[in-house]
Amino acid sequence: MKILTCPVNGPRPVSEFAYAGELREMPEPASASDADWAAYVFNRNGAAGIKREWWCHTPSGVWFIAVRDTVGDVVLKTYLYGHEAGAE
Amino acid sequence: MFTPPDALKSAYDVVIIGAGGHGLASAYYLARDHGIRNVAVIEKGYIGGGNTGRNTTIIRSNYLTPEGVQFYDESVRLWRDLSQDFDLNLFYSTRGHFTLAHTDASMRTMRWRAEVNKHFGVDSEVVDAQAVHQAIPHMDMTAGGHAPVLGALYHAPGAIARHDAVAWGYGRGADRRGVEIHQNTEVLAIETEDTGSGPRVKAVVTSRGRIETRKVLCAVAGSTPRLLNMVGLRSPIYIHPLQAMVSEPIKPWLDPIIVSGSLHVYVSQSARGELVMGASLDPYELHATRSTLDFVEHLAARMLDLFPSLADVKINRQWAGMADMTPDFAPVLGKTPVQGFYLDAGWGTWGFKATPVCGKTMSHTVARDEAHPLIEGFRFDRFEHYALTGEKGAASVGH
Repeated sequence: MKILTCPVNGPRPVSEFAYAGELREMPEPASASDADWAAYVFNRNGAAGIKREWWCHTPSGVWFIAVRDTVGDVVLKTYLYGHEAGAE
Repeated sequence: MFTPPDALKSAYDVVIIGAGGHGLASAYYLARDHGIRNVAVIEKGYIGGGNTGRNTTIIRSNYLTPEGVQFYDESVRLWRDLSQDFDLNLFYSTRGHFTLAHTDASMRTMRWRAEVNKHFGVDSEVVDAQAVHQAIPHMDMTAGGHAPVLGALYHAPGAIARHDAVAWGYGRGADRRGVEIHQNTEVLAIETEDTGSGPRVKAVVTSRGRIETRKVLCAVAGSTPRLLNMVGLRSPIYIHPLQAMVSEPIKPWLDPIIVSGSLHVYVSQSARGELVMGASLDPYELHATRSTLDFVEHLAARMLDLFPSLADVKINRQWAGMADMTPDFAPVLGKTPVQGFYLDAGWGTWGFKATPVCGKTMSHTVARDEAHPLIEGFRFDRFEHYALTGEKGAASVGH
Protein backbone atom coordinates (compact mmCIF):
# COMPACT_ATOMS: atom_id res chain seq x y z
CA MET A 1 0.00 0.00 0.00
CA LYS A 2 1.43 3.35 -1.07
CA ILE A 3 -1.71 5.46 -1.45
CA LEU A 4 -4.60 5.61 1.01
CA THR A 5 -7.88 7.37 0.26
CA CYS A 6 -8.98 9.75 2.98
CA PRO A 7 -12.78 10.17 2.90
CA VAL A 8 -12.33 13.94 3.13
CA ASN A 9 -9.03 14.67 1.35
CA GLY A 10 -8.99 11.94 -1.29
CA PRO A 11 -5.99 9.78 -2.27
CA ARG A 12 -2.83 10.72 -0.35
CA PRO A 13 0.59 9.06 0.21
CA VAL A 14 0.44 6.54 3.06
CA SER A 15 3.21 8.44 4.86
CA GLU A 16 0.60 11.11 5.69
CA PHE A 17 -1.46 8.65 7.72
CA ALA A 18 -1.22 7.16 11.18
CA TYR A 19 -2.59 3.72 12.00
CA ALA A 20 -4.50 3.39 15.27
CA GLY A 21 -5.54 -0.25 15.43
CA GLU A 22 -8.63 -2.31 14.85
CA LEU A 23 -12.09 -0.89 15.59
CA ARG A 24 -13.21 -2.48 18.89
CA GLU A 25 -16.32 -2.20 21.01
CA MET A 26 -15.69 -0.94 24.55
CA PRO A 27 -17.58 -2.81 27.27
CA GLU A 28 -19.56 -0.69 29.73
CA PRO A 29 -16.86 0.38 32.26
CA ALA A 30 -19.20 0.45 35.25
CA SER A 31 -20.58 -3.04 34.77
CA ALA A 32 -17.75 -4.95 33.02
CA SER A 33 -15.96 -7.59 35.11
CA ASP A 34 -12.23 -7.09 35.77
CA ALA A 35 -11.42 -9.94 33.38
CA ASP A 36 -13.60 -8.47 30.61
CA TRP A 37 -12.04 -5.06 31.09
CA ALA A 38 -8.50 -6.51 30.99
CA ALA A 39 -9.42 -8.39 27.82
CA TYR A 40 -10.64 -5.13 26.27
CA VAL A 41 -7.52 -3.23 27.34
CA PHE A 42 -4.94 -5.78 26.24
CA ASN A 43 -6.26 -8.48 23.93
CA ARG A 44 -6.19 -8.03 20.18
CA ASN A 45 -7.34 -9.97 17.17
CA GLY A 46 -3.82 -10.57 15.89
CA ALA A 47 -4.66 -13.10 13.18
CA ALA A 48 -4.64 -12.19 9.51
CA GLY A 49 -7.88 -11.16 7.85
CA ILE A 50 -10.02 -8.33 6.55
CA LYS A 51 -10.31 -5.81 9.39
CA ARG A 52 -11.99 -2.48 10.11
CA GLU A 53 -9.28 -0.12 11.38
CA TRP A 54 -8.91 3.41 12.67
CA TRP A 55 -6.63 5.63 10.60
CA CYS A 56 -5.87 9.33 10.85
CA HIS A 57 -4.86 11.69 8.05
CA THR A 58 -2.40 13.60 10.22
CA PRO A 59 -2.01 16.91 8.28
CA SER A 60 -5.77 17.49 8.43
CA GLY A 61 -6.61 15.54 11.58
CA VAL A 62 -9.33 13.49 9.88
CA TRP A 63 -10.09 10.22 11.68
CA PHE A 64 -11.76 7.52 9.60
CA ILE A 65 -12.24 3.78 9.14
CA ALA A 66 -10.38 1.69 6.56
CA VAL A 67 -11.44 -1.83 5.67
CA ARG A 68 -8.17 -3.57 4.91
CA ASP A 69 -6.87 -7.04 4.07
CA THR A 70 -3.87 -7.51 6.37
CA VAL A 71 -2.27 -10.20 4.17
CA GLY A 72 -2.30 -8.47 0.78
CA ASP A 73 -2.19 -4.96 2.32
CA VAL A 74 -5.13 -3.92 0.14
CA VAL A 75 -7.65 -1.34 1.35
CA LEU A 76 -11.16 -2.35 0.27
CA LYS A 77 -12.84 0.89 1.32
CA THR A 78 -12.58 3.89 3.63
CA TYR A 79 -15.35 5.91 5.27
CA LEU A 80 -16.00 8.30 8.11
CA TYR A 81 -17.08 6.56 11.31
CA GLY A 82 -20.86 6.22 11.30
CA HIS A 83 -21.08 6.62 7.52
CA GLU A 84 -20.29 3.06 6.46
CA ALA A 85 -22.61 3.06 3.43
CA GLY A 86 -20.79 6.10 2.00
CA ALA A 87 -17.41 6.52 0.35
CA GLU A 88 -15.69 3.88 -1.77
CA MET B 1 22.80 -32.76 7.93
CA PHE B 2 19.35 -34.08 8.86
CA THR B 3 17.58 -37.40 8.52
CA PRO B 4 14.54 -36.76 6.35
CA PRO B 5 11.81 -38.64 8.23
CA ASP B 6 9.26 -40.60 6.17
CA ALA B 7 5.66 -40.46 7.24
CA LEU B 8 4.38 -38.90 10.43
CA LYS B 9 3.69 -41.40 13.20
CA SER B 10 0.18 -41.50 14.61
CA ALA B 11 1.31 -40.30 18.04
CA TYR B 12 4.20 -38.49 19.75
CA ASP B 13 4.94 -37.56 23.35
CA VAL B 14 5.47 -33.94 22.34
CA VAL B 15 4.67 -32.03 19.14
CA ILE B 16 6.59 -28.80 18.60
CA ILE B 17 5.10 -26.41 16.05
CA GLY B 18 7.75 -24.32 14.32
CA ALA B 19 11.26 -25.43 13.29
CA GLY B 20 12.91 -22.11 13.99
CA GLY B 21 15.64 -21.59 16.56
CA HIS B 22 13.25 -21.61 19.51
CA GLY B 23 11.35 -24.75 18.49
CA LEU B 24 14.51 -26.68 17.61
CA ALA B 25 16.33 -25.57 20.77
CA SER B 26 13.40 -26.84 22.82
CA ALA B 27 13.49 -30.15 20.94
CA TYR B 28 17.25 -30.40 21.50
CA TYR B 29 17.08 -29.86 25.27
CA LEU B 30 13.99 -32.07 25.62
CA ALA B 31 15.99 -34.91 24.06
CA ARG B 32 19.35 -34.14 25.66
CA ASP B 33 18.42 -32.99 29.17
CA HIS B 34 15.02 -34.55 29.78
CA GLY B 35 15.27 -37.84 27.85
CA ILE B 36 12.09 -37.10 25.86
CA ARG B 37 12.91 -38.21 22.33
CA ASN B 38 9.58 -39.25 20.87
CA VAL B 39 9.13 -35.71 19.56
CA ALA B 40 7.99 -34.31 16.22
CA VAL B 41 8.88 -30.79 15.12
CA ILE B 42 6.30 -29.63 12.55
CA GLU B 43 7.26 -26.82 10.18
CA LYS B 44 5.11 -25.22 7.48
CA GLY B 45 8.14 -23.97 5.53
CA TYR B 46 11.77 -24.93 6.05
CA ILE B 47 14.20 -25.03 8.98
CA GLY B 48 15.12 -21.55 10.21
CA GLY B 49 13.18 -19.84 7.41
CA GLY B 50 11.19 -17.52 9.66
CA ASN B 51 12.48 -14.90 12.05
CA THR B 52 15.50 -17.07 12.94
CA GLY B 53 16.88 -16.32 9.48
CA ARG B 54 15.53 -12.75 9.31
CA ASN B 55 16.93 -11.02 12.39
CA THR B 56 20.08 -8.93 12.71
CA THR B 57 21.78 -11.49 15.01
CA ILE B 58 22.52 -9.23 17.98
CA ILE B 59 23.03 -10.94 21.34
CA ARG B 60 23.03 -8.95 24.59
CA SER B 61 21.64 -8.97 28.12
CA ASN B 62 21.58 -5.26 29.07
CA TYR B 63 17.83 -5.19 29.63
CA LEU B 64 15.78 -3.08 32.02
CA THR B 65 13.65 -5.35 34.22
CA PRO B 66 15.13 -7.81 36.74
CA GLU B 67 13.16 -10.60 35.00
CA GLY B 68 14.60 -9.69 31.61
CA VAL B 69 18.19 -9.15 32.75
CA GLN B 70 18.43 -12.53 34.52
CA PHE B 71 16.77 -14.36 31.64
CA TYR B 72 18.92 -12.88 28.85
CA ASP B 73 22.08 -13.17 30.97
CA GLU B 74 21.52 -16.92 31.22
CA SER B 75 21.10 -16.93 27.44
CA VAL B 76 24.45 -15.18 26.89
CA ARG B 77 26.10 -17.79 29.13
CA LEU B 78 24.61 -20.58 27.03
CA TRP B 79 25.58 -18.89 23.75
CA ARG B 80 29.28 -18.95 24.62
CA ASP B 81 29.41 -22.77 24.72
CA LEU B 82 27.14 -23.51 21.80
CA SER B 83 29.77 -23.89 19.06
CA GLN B 84 31.54 -26.50 21.23
CA ASP B 85 28.26 -28.09 22.15
CA PHE B 86 27.20 -28.51 18.49
CA ASP B 87 30.68 -29.03 17.03
CA LEU B 88 29.58 -26.42 14.50
CA ASN B 89 31.05 -22.95 14.01
CA LEU B 90 28.39 -20.37 14.87
CA PHE B 91 30.80 -17.46 14.20
CA TYR B 92 29.92 -16.21 17.68
CA SER B 93 31.78 -12.95 17.92
CA THR B 94 31.91 -10.76 21.03
CA ARG B 95 32.02 -7.16 19.81
CA GLY B 96 30.85 -4.85 22.56
CA HIS B 97 27.53 -3.03 22.20
CA PHE B 98 26.98 0.74 22.34
CA THR B 99 23.46 2.12 22.81
CA LEU B 100 23.88 5.79 21.96
CA ALA B 101 22.14 8.48 23.99
CA HIS B 102 21.30 11.73 22.21
CA THR B 103 19.18 13.32 24.94
CA ASP B 104 19.27 13.80 28.71
CA ALA B 105 16.20 11.56 28.97
CA SER B 106 17.95 8.69 27.25
CA MET B 107 21.09 9.19 29.38
CA ARG B 108 18.80 8.72 32.38
CA THR B 109 17.39 5.48 30.94
CA MET B 110 20.94 4.24 30.21
CA ARG B 111 21.93 4.93 33.82
CA TRP B 112 18.86 3.06 35.04
CA ARG B 113 19.64 0.07 32.83
CA ALA B 114 23.32 0.07 33.84
CA GLU B 115 22.45 -0.01 37.53
CA VAL B 116 19.92 -2.85 37.13
CA ASN B 117 22.43 -4.74 34.97
CA LYS B 118 25.27 -4.35 37.48
CA HIS B 119 23.01 -5.45 40.31
CA PHE B 120 22.61 -8.78 38.52
CA GLY B 121 26.29 -9.06 37.65
CA VAL B 122 25.97 -8.07 33.99
CA ASP B 123 28.90 -6.14 32.52
CA SER B 124 27.23 -2.83 31.61
CA GLU B 125 28.17 0.80 32.17
CA VAL B 126 27.38 4.35 31.12
CA VAL B 127 30.23 5.95 29.17
CA ASP B 128 30.68 9.56 28.10
CA ALA B 129 30.92 11.03 24.60
CA GLN B 130 34.73 10.96 24.68
CA ALA B 131 34.78 7.19 25.30
CA VAL B 132 32.30 6.66 22.46
CA HIS B 133 34.44 8.73 20.12
CA GLN B 134 37.56 6.74 21.02
CA ALA B 135 35.82 3.43 20.40
CA ILE B 136 34.19 4.51 17.09
CA PRO B 137 36.47 7.26 15.70
CA HIS B 138 34.82 7.28 12.25
CA MET B 139 31.37 8.10 13.63
CA ASP B 140 30.05 11.67 13.38
CA MET B 141 29.47 12.50 17.06
CA THR B 142 26.96 15.22 16.12
CA ALA B 143 24.89 12.82 13.93
CA GLY B 144 24.82 15.27 11.05
CA GLY B 145 24.51 18.18 13.44
CA HIS B 146 21.01 17.45 14.66
CA ALA B 147 21.42 14.79 17.36
CA PRO B 148 24.75 15.12 19.23
CA VAL B 149 25.86 11.95 21.06
CA LEU B 150 25.97 12.70 24.80
CA GLY B 151 27.14 9.25 25.86
CA ALA B 152 26.16 5.62 25.65
CA LEU B 153 25.32 2.46 27.51
CA TYR B 154 28.27 0.15 26.88
CA HIS B 155 27.80 -3.59 27.17
CA ALA B 156 31.06 -5.48 26.61
CA PRO B 157 29.49 -8.96 26.16
CA GLY B 158 27.36 -7.74 23.21
CA ALA B 159 27.87 -10.22 20.37
CA ILE B 160 26.70 -11.39 16.98
CA ALA B 161 26.40 -14.93 15.58
CA ARG B 162 25.55 -16.65 12.32
CA HIS B 163 21.81 -17.10 12.71
CA ASP B 164 21.16 -19.93 10.23
CA ALA B 165 23.80 -22.07 11.89
CA VAL B 166 22.00 -21.76 15.22
CA ALA B 167 18.91 -23.44 13.79
CA TRP B 168 21.04 -26.05 12.01
CA GLY B 169 23.06 -26.80 15.15
CA TYR B 170 20.00 -27.29 17.33
CA GLY B 171 18.22 -29.18 14.56
CA ARG B 172 21.10 -31.56 13.94
CA GLY B 173 21.58 -32.14 17.66
CA ALA B 174 17.89 -32.94 18.10
CA ASP B 175 17.83 -35.09 14.97
CA ARG B 176 20.78 -37.18 16.18
CA ARG B 177 18.92 -37.83 19.41
CA GLY B 178 15.86 -39.18 17.67
CA VAL B 179 13.66 -36.11 17.24
CA GLU B 180 11.81 -36.04 13.88
CA ILE B 181 11.79 -32.75 11.97
CA HIS B 182 8.96 -32.58 9.42
CA GLN B 183 9.31 -29.65 7.05
CA ASN B 184 6.64 -28.61 4.51
CA THR B 185 4.03 -29.75 7.02
CA GLU B 186 1.35 -27.26 7.99
CA VAL B 187 -0.77 -27.39 11.12
CA LEU B 188 -4.45 -27.16 10.12
CA ALA B 189 -6.15 -27.64 13.49
CA ILE B 190 -5.50 -28.52 17.11
CA GLU B 191 -8.03 -30.81 18.77
CA THR B 192 -8.81 -30.41 22.46
CA GLU B 193 -11.06 -32.33 24.84
CA ASP B 194 -12.88 -31.13 27.92
CA THR B 195 -11.57 -32.58 31.16
CA GLY B 196 -14.09 -30.95 33.48
CA SER B 197 -11.39 -28.53 34.65
CA GLY B 198 -10.84 -26.88 31.28
CA PRO B 199 -9.72 -27.99 27.84
CA ARG B 200 -6.75 -30.30 27.23
CA VAL B 201 -4.73 -30.93 24.07
CA LYS B 202 -5.67 -34.16 22.30
CA ALA B 203 -4.29 -34.10 18.75
CA VAL B 204 -2.73 -31.97 16.03
CA VAL B 205 -4.15 -32.16 12.51
CA THR B 206 -1.53 -31.44 9.85
CA SER B 207 -1.44 -31.30 6.07
CA ARG B 208 0.24 -34.74 6.20
CA GLY B 209 -1.98 -36.46 8.74
CA ARG B 210 -3.35 -36.41 12.26
CA ILE B 211 -1.09 -36.85 15.32
CA GLU B 212 -2.25 -37.80 18.81
CA THR B 213 -0.35 -35.97 21.53
CA ARG B 214 -0.88 -34.61 25.03
CA LYS B 215 1.72 -31.86 24.74
CA VAL B 216 2.09 -29.16 22.11
CA LEU B 217 4.70 -26.43 22.16
CA CYS B 218 3.84 -23.52 19.89
CA ALA B 219 6.88 -21.48 18.72
CA VAL B 220 5.68 -19.77 15.55
CA ALA B 221 6.35 -16.01 15.94
CA GLY B 222 4.19 -14.19 13.40
CA SER B 223 1.69 -17.05 13.12
CA THR B 224 1.01 -17.13 16.88
CA PRO B 225 -2.45 -15.47 16.80
CA ARG B 226 -3.64 -17.95 14.14
CA LEU B 227 -2.47 -20.92 16.24
CA LEU B 228 -4.02 -19.45 19.40
CA ASN B 229 -7.35 -19.19 17.55
CA MET B 230 -7.15 -22.96 16.96
CA VAL B 231 -7.26 -23.59 20.72
CA GLY B 232 -9.69 -20.77 21.48
CA LEU B 233 -7.26 -18.46 23.30
CA ARG B 234 -7.09 -14.69 22.95
CA SER B 235 -3.91 -12.74 23.62
CA PRO B 236 -2.45 -9.22 23.31
CA ILE B 237 -0.07 -10.35 20.55
CA TYR B 238 -0.23 -8.32 17.33
CA ILE B 239 1.87 -8.57 14.17
CA HIS B 240 3.91 -5.83 12.53
CA PRO B 241 6.69 -6.45 10.00
CA LEU B 242 10.27 -5.67 11.00
CA GLN B 243 12.57 -4.94 8.09
CA ALA B 244 16.34 -5.16 7.78
CA MET B 245 19.00 -4.74 5.09
CA VAL B 246 22.66 -5.47 4.37
CA SER B 247 25.28 -3.56 2.42
CA GLU B 248 27.77 -4.96 -0.02
CA PRO B 249 30.80 -6.50 1.77
CA ILE B 250 33.44 -3.95 2.68
CA LYS B 251 36.72 -4.27 4.56
CA PRO B 252 36.39 -4.75 8.32
CA TRP B 253 36.21 -1.33 9.97
CA LEU B 254 33.32 -1.47 12.44
CA ASP B 255 34.08 -3.67 15.43
CA PRO B 256 31.35 -2.85 17.96
CA ILE B 257 27.59 -3.04 17.53
CA ILE B 258 26.03 0.43 17.37
CA VAL B 259 22.42 1.19 18.32
CA SER B 260 20.65 4.53 18.35
CA GLY B 261 17.10 4.54 19.61
CA SER B 262 16.62 8.19 18.72
CA LEU B 263 17.83 7.79 15.14
CA HIS B 264 16.16 4.37 14.73
CA VAL B 265 19.38 2.64 13.66
CA TYR B 266 21.21 -0.48 14.65
CA VAL B 267 24.22 -1.75 12.80
CA SER B 268 27.01 -4.29 13.03
CA GLN B 269 29.52 -5.64 10.54
CA SER B 270 29.28 -9.36 9.83
CA ALA B 271 32.20 -11.76 9.44
CA ARG B 272 31.66 -11.41 5.66
CA GLY B 273 32.11 -7.64 5.84
CA GLU B 274 28.48 -6.75 5.19
CA LEU B 275 26.91 -4.05 7.30
CA VAL B 276 23.78 -5.58 8.84
CA MET B 277 21.28 -2.81 9.56
CA GLY B 278 17.84 -2.46 11.07
CA ALA B 279 15.49 0.30 12.11
CA SER B 280 12.11 0.12 13.82
CA LEU B 281 8.85 -1.71 13.22
CA ASP B 282 6.68 -0.97 10.22
CA PRO B 283 3.95 1.45 11.31
CA TYR B 284 0.91 -0.77 10.84
CA GLU B 285 -0.28 -4.36 11.15
CA LEU B 286 0.59 -6.65 8.26
CA HIS B 287 0.78 -10.43 7.86
CA ALA B 288 3.33 -10.44 5.06
CA THR B 289 7.07 -10.13 4.59
CA ARG B 290 7.16 -7.57 1.82
CA SER B 291 9.92 -4.94 1.72
CA THR B 292 9.50 -1.20 1.17
CA LEU B 293 11.66 1.52 -0.38
CA ASP B 294 10.56 3.85 2.43
CA PHE B 295 12.45 1.69 4.88
CA VAL B 296 15.71 1.74 2.91
CA GLU B 297 15.53 5.49 2.32
CA HIS B 298 14.89 6.35 5.96
CA LEU B 299 17.45 3.95 7.38
CA ALA B 300 20.12 4.94 4.85
CA ALA B 301 19.60 8.62 5.71
CA ARG B 302 20.04 7.95 9.43
CA MET B 303 23.07 5.74 8.77
CA LEU B 304 24.67 8.60 6.83
CA ASP B 305 24.03 10.96 9.76
CA LEU B 306 26.32 8.71 11.81
CA PHE B 307 28.68 7.50 9.08
CA PRO B 308 28.88 10.00 6.19
CA SER B 309 31.82 8.07 4.72
CA LEU B 310 29.42 5.28 3.71
CA ALA B 311 27.72 7.46 1.10
CA ASP B 312 29.01 5.35 -1.82
CA VAL B 313 28.35 1.96 -0.27
CA LYS B 314 25.61 -0.05 -2.00
CA ILE B 315 22.73 -1.86 -0.34
CA ASN B 316 22.73 -5.51 -1.40
CA ARG B 317 19.54 -6.98 0.05
CA GLN B 318 16.55 -6.15 2.19
CA TRP B 319 13.90 -8.35 3.75
CA ALA B 320 11.27 -8.48 6.50
CA GLY B 321 10.02 -10.77 9.23
CA MET B 322 6.67 -10.83 11.00
CA ALA B 323 7.24 -9.69 14.58
CA ASP B 324 4.79 -10.91 17.25
CA MET B 325 4.62 -7.83 19.46
CA THR B 326 3.36 -7.51 23.04
CA PRO B 327 2.18 -4.38 24.90
CA ASP B 328 5.04 -4.53 27.44
CA PHE B 329 7.84 -5.61 25.08
CA ALA B 330 8.38 -8.80 27.08
CA PRO B 331 7.68 -12.29 25.68
CA VAL B 332 4.82 -14.63 26.55
CA LEU B 333 6.25 -17.93 27.76
CA GLY B 334 5.04 -21.03 29.52
CA LYS B 335 1.75 -22.72 30.30
CA THR B 336 -1.63 -21.53 29.02
CA PRO B 337 -5.24 -22.06 30.14
CA VAL B 338 -5.34 -25.04 27.73
CA GLN B 339 -3.69 -28.01 29.46
CA GLY B 340 -0.76 -29.36 27.47
CA PHE B 341 -0.57 -26.28 25.24
CA TYR B 342 2.67 -24.42 25.89
CA LEU B 343 3.51 -21.10 24.32
CA ASP B 344 6.83 -19.59 23.28
CA ALA B 345 5.73 -16.31 21.69
CA GLY B 346 5.62 -12.55 21.94
CA TRP B 347 9.16 -12.44 20.67
CA GLY B 348 8.58 -9.32 18.63
CA THR B 349 11.91 -7.80 17.66
CA TRP B 350 14.02 -9.37 20.45
CA GLY B 351 13.83 -13.15 20.07
CA PHE B 352 17.08 -14.31 18.46
CA LYS B 353 19.30 -13.64 21.47
CA ALA B 354 16.93 -15.68 23.65
CA THR B 355 17.08 -18.85 21.51
CA PRO B 356 19.22 -20.96 23.89
CA VAL B 357 17.53 -19.91 27.12
CA CYS B 358 14.08 -20.41 25.57
CA GLY B 359 15.06 -23.94 24.62
CA LYS B 360 16.33 -24.57 28.15
CA THR B 361 13.36 -23.10 30.00
CA MET B 362 10.62 -24.28 27.65
CA SER B 363 11.92 -27.86 27.56
CA HIS B 364 11.87 -27.79 31.37
CA THR B 365 8.33 -26.37 31.33
CA VAL B 366 7.06 -28.96 28.85
CA ALA B 367 8.80 -31.92 30.51
CA ARG B 368 7.60 -31.08 34.03
CA ASP B 369 4.37 -29.25 33.20
CA GLU B 370 5.62 -26.50 35.47
CA ALA B 371 6.98 -23.08 34.45
CA HIS B 372 10.74 -22.69 34.83
CA PRO B 373 11.53 -20.04 37.51
CA LEU B 374 13.30 -17.82 34.96
CA ILE B 375 10.11 -17.35 32.91
CA GLU B 376 7.68 -16.56 35.74
CA GLY B 377 7.67 -12.87 34.76
CA PHE B 378 6.55 -13.74 31.24
CA ARG B 379 3.35 -15.62 32.12
CA PHE B 380 0.44 -15.79 29.68
CA ASP B 381 -2.02 -14.51 32.32
CA ARG B 382 0.00 -11.45 33.44
CA PHE B 383 -2.15 -9.10 31.36
CA GLU B 384 -5.36 -10.32 32.96
CA HIS B 385 -3.82 -9.35 36.32
CA TYR B 386 -2.39 -6.05 35.04
CA ALA B 387 1.04 -7.37 36.11
CA LEU B 388 3.08 -6.31 33.08
CA THR B 389 6.86 -6.75 32.72
CA GLY B 390 7.72 -3.35 31.23
CA GLU B 391 10.72 -3.89 28.99
CA LYS B 392 10.11 -1.14 26.43
CA GLY B 393 12.98 1.01 27.73
CA ALA B 394 15.43 -1.74 26.74
CA ALA B 395 14.09 -2.33 23.24
CA SER B 396 16.95 -1.72 20.86
CA VAL B 397 15.17 1.11 19.07
CA GLY B 398 12.27 3.40 19.83
CA HIS B 399 9.00 2.01 18.57
